[in-house]
Amino acid sequence: MARLHEHKGKELLREFKIPTPKGILASSPEEVFNAVKEIASPVVIKAQIWATGRAGLGGIQFAQTPDEAKSASRKIFGLKVNDFEVTQVLVEAQIKIKQEFYAGIIIDDAAKSPVMIFSSMGGTGIEEIAAKHPEKVGKLKIDIITGFKDFQARDLIRKTGISGRLQMQLADVLVKLWKVAKKYEARSAEINPLVLTEEGQVMAADCRIAVDDYAVFRHPELGIDIARELNRPPSELDKIAYDVEKNDYRGTFYFIQMEEGFQKGEGYVGFHGAGGGGSMMSMDAVVAQGFKLANFTDTSGNPPASKVYRAAKIILSQQNIDAYFGSGSGVASQEQYHSARGLVKAFREENLSIPAVIRLGGNSEDLAIDILENYTKDLPAPVEGFKKDDSAFSCAERLKELVDNYKGNGKPEKQFTKPIAEKPYSFETITGTITYDHAACADCESKICIEKCVPEILKLENDVPVLAISKDEAKAGKCIECLACEVECIFHGNKGAYIDLPIAGLEEYLEKVA
Amino acid sequence: MSILVDENSRVLVQGITGREGMARTKLMVEYGTNVVAGCTPGKGNQTVLEVPVYDTVQEARENVPEINTSVIFVPAPLVKNAALEAIAAGIKLLVLVPDRVPIYDVLEIAHAAKEADAQFLGPNTLGMLSVDKGVLGMMGGRAQTAKQWFKKGNVGVTSRSGGITSSIGYYLSKSGVGLSSIVHVGGDVIVGMPHPEIVKKFQDDPETEAVVMFGEIGTSQEEQVADLIENGEFTKPLIAFIGGAAAKSGTRFSHAGAIVEGNRGTHASKVKRLKEVGVHIVDNFDDIPQVTREVLQTLN
Ligand code: SF4
Ligand code: SF4
Repeated sequence: MARLHEHKGKELLREFKIPTPKGILASSPEEVFNAVKEIASPVVIKAQIWATGRAGLGGIQFAQTPDEAKSASRKIFGLKVNDFEVTQVLVEAQIKIKQEFYAGIIIDDAAKSPVMIFSSMGGTGIEEIAAKHPEKVGKLKIDIITGFKDFQARDLIRKTGISGRLQMQLADVLVKLWKVAKKYEARSAEINPLVLTEEGQVMAADCRIAVDDYAVFRHPELGIDIARELNRPPSELDKIAYDVEKNDYRGTFYFIQMEEGFQKGEGYVGFHGAGGGGSMMSMDAVVAQGFKLANFTDTSGNPPASKVYRAAKIILSQQNIDAYFGSGSGVASQEQYHSARGLVKAFREENLSIPAVIRLGGNSEDLAIDILENYTKDLPAPVEGFKKDDSAFSCAERLKELVDNYKGNGKPEKQFTKPIAEKPYSFETITGTITYDHAACADCESKICIEKCVPEILKLENDVPVLAISKDEAKAGKCIECLACEVECIFHGNKGAYIDLPIAGLEEYLEKVA
Repeated sequence: MSILVDENSRVLVQGITGREGMARTKLMVEYGTNVVAGCTPGKGNQTVLEVPVYDTVQEARENVPEINTSVIFVPAPLVKNAALEAIAAGIKLLVLVPDRVPIYDVLEIAHAAKEADAQFLGPNTLGMLSVDKGVLGMMGGRAQTAKQWFKKGNVGVTSRSGGITSSIGYYLSKSGVGLSSIVHVGGDVIVGMPHPEIVKKFQDDPETEAVVMFGEIGTSQEEQVADLIENGEFTKPLIAFIGGAAAKSGTRFSHAGAIVEGNRGTHASKVKRLKEVGVHIVDNFDDIPQVTREVLQTLN
């Protein structure tokens, strides 16, 4: 779920005319000062973070004057919650609260519909209130087609014991809240507390909205740069990985960094899973061996080799990991040689210097393991592949043995540089560029690239490989980026093939951390 | 018998001309599934693997009126339209394979399906397979491997993870426990036929003697299965494994989730609830075949 910060959520509420206290977003104590001047009343300053219980963490401060606010805000800026520093605060006019309520919408899996929840008691501890006083909580399924009507809202509120003008005021907010949720495809949308002020106005004092990750593409106006459920802002690698996923619809690639700033020898593993359930068990298996997880990655749903390659490159960009563990469900429906080739290309370019264990059980597992092991033999660190009859647990055990016996220092000895072709023949693919060096190809005996190209789109012309289809067709997806031409050529050809698969931002990132 | 797909299935493939559609049609056909038509808007009047392709689902049904099942392989943003089209054309069983279908789209599909008395598996599903009868989706990947991996028998499998569905199917078969049907209910929060719907189908299937369920944290599917057992609506032996024991519980972002689900959804709550109603909970995934064999022995 892509969470919105309070200020952004309130902006959406205001779009539908749900009243909120007068507020201004500020990024420095000076901006806070100016904001208070403009608001011209006592204020509350709130850290913009995704955490419950902000007050207890010191993320909420009250102030009467601009000066007071400026100095109070210094306590919030720089506050660290979940490893992340507060950089923005919402400065809001203080309101005089007479009564607190709760309003929320959630998608209920059992009902297969959105549910509106209203409670005549709100504020902190709403779960306990709901459990203790069921009579004060009303719930109603919302019809996705006909929506949530005013009369439904009024009756829902009535059942919690509220009548008269207040009932109508609250109903108005509920109806609008549904409109916000529907328009922005919220997985959940909550106003807690929803308040009645001394002046008799109903207002949203706080707001939490989480947008459906899968619908974020339809809402560019929300400016969500990474549609994932995170309790911290995305790391640089998270963003780099997310861009890879966003720009390639084939298969799924999920990457989140779980730990940063650790040292060599602390037992952090670069984790590369395949499929949710299998990944979870594989993580348990590797943790049971005393390893710690640097990241969580999942490539599944039949991704092309190029995507697996990019995933591996990003995993290996994490500094100071001690091992690489790849393991999914163990019995994959997809052809596993694609994954094997993606890993081989990444491991070779990185001159892999940490032990790797990869469980590649499933379709074409024998071929996949041949590729993986034979084409990585010359690397500094051991790479071992396993099949469907090997459990995640035994693979993790093997990784432990390899790491314990590994004498390498874990730093790649040589840096990879892209080859420069003497007589380049190039064509583009969906996400990269393939180049055959026809100078090398002329001296190549096997021409293995042609035989191994999975969709058979290459042919010989003047004794060198060229496309048997148009370049446009190759770019449109006829080249499935299986990476066979390059990987097979390294060992059985004359090293004439190179596939450039750029990962935006990765080089800059590596320069920075180096 | 078996569930969802059998010799009476007449299958339409929506998105048959795409990369996945074509590859999986091959699997389904070679496994023996009755794929009778395909549909891709604007690409009618051709055949894919000898299957005739039509521009609309209605046109497909007019030409092949026996169609009773549709498997959908179109890009996620187009799934809603494809599903609504199939439902409007009177198809009663849909399999939505794609991942990343927006949740509000799924809610609309669920609404339309309910009105039309139709059912759907997925989204975000590998599909399902009835041994020696048919595949809907991409279970097994290739027909030849699907035949090798999954052996005929009397145990049904329902799972929230695609890869795990085939793993369990394979490990059971390998240990001598045969299968009736294996089903991936889909990996999303809202799916058309969650565990409780699938176990009800297994209840009605005379060929299925016991069911293996792979659950996960989140949603209330496993608890609903426990409710069914308690009410006597599901009476066959159930062997269950719940993944995610080590997953960080974390602070829940939404209070609303807690209010609706109460204490449902956690690993502990699911295990406790299932144990209460006599489900055989397996703590170690690799023990599933062993425990299943023991349960079957007590039956005979
Ligand atoms: S195998 Fe390599 S060197 Fe040989 S023809 Fe193909 S690309 Fe050129
Ligand atoms: S040209 Fe052929 S072998 Fe090379 S990546 Fe593309 S599909 Fe694979």
